[in-house]
Amino acid sequence: MERMKVNPTRMMLTTLKRRLATATRGHKLMKDKRDELMKTFLEVARENGRLRQEVESGLEDVYRSFTVASAIMSGEVMEESLMFPKQGVTLDMEKKNIMSVEVPIFTFQTEADESADIFPYGFARTSGELDTAVSGLSDMFPKLLELAAKEKETALLAAELEKTRRRVNALEYVVIPRLEVTIKYITMKLDEDERGNQTRLMKVKDMMLEEAIRQRRKKDEECLG
Amino acid sequence: MYKIGIMGDRESVMSFKALGLDVFPSENEEDARKTLHRLAKEKYGIIYITENLIHAMEKDIDRYNDSIIPAIIPIPSRQGASGMGMMNVKKSVERAVGADILFGGDK
Repeated sequence: MERMKVNPTRMMLTTLKRRLATATRGHKLMKDKRDELMKTFLEVARENGRLRQEVESGLEDVYRSFTVASAIMSGEVMEESLMFPKQGVTLDMEKKNIMSVEVPIFTFQTEADESADIFPYGFARTSGELDTAVSGLSDMFPKLLELAAKEKETALLAAELEKTRRRVNALEYVVIPRLEVTIKYITMKLDEDERGNQTRLMKVKDMMLEEAIRQRRKKDEECLG
Repeated sequence: MYKIGIMGDRESVMSFKALGLDVFPSENEEDARKTLHRLAKEKYGIIYITENLIHAMEKDIDRYNDSIIPAIIPIPSRQGASGMGMMNVKKSVERAVGADILFGGDK
């Protein structure tokens, strides 16, 4: 790992050490978040897959019964029958927070007329097959909504998980090693400077001592002479 | 308060009218693309799109992938499921985990 291009000073060392501590703590947190997200995600995704299969096969049945109905009735009559729906649907959304990811929860309300059924047509001109098809579809509807919520949840969690995974990896394999290398470099450099200083001082001391001895000798000689 | 929309070929989506959903039959891609963006701007919480239409608009749909609303959900068309919706789930798993570890094998 390449070290950062910084000045090897004591101040920089302190800053870097602080940053390393933050990075390590962040890494640990992110890792925990990733693990928890992964756990939730896998559960949601599995549920999503199951729901989708259910909805897909259910819809196929519904389509089939519509096909049967349209075989019996003429296309225009059928379209006409479905043209003015009796019920309206409004959707409510609440947000749920999963590990800082906001996911939707959908609830729906049907605004039906007084009557209990959902068939928007009289029974005189339509075939019974259409009734089966419509009621089948309306039974499917809650599943469809659930699928929508789950699918969105899966997608959002996947995006967040990807981001977190990248961050964990970046911290673990880039940021932290680089900080460590740089800190090591600065420590060694500072130590080296320290040793250099020490030897220089010793040398200077030696030189001063020598000088003092020489002067003392000179004085002694003068006294004797 | 949000609305639910459904887009696709006329045959497939007509039936959903009975439920009270807002139906937008779109025959060609250009049309569908415009409708999608319009619906996303209006308050549509969920937009169901039939699979045969989705093929052509993946880029447009990806745009809404990371926002909480609208949820764009592929549903099979009258021609039957093409396995595309399942692919989407797989793609999510791959994106999150790095490899498909849930639904592997039955591609």
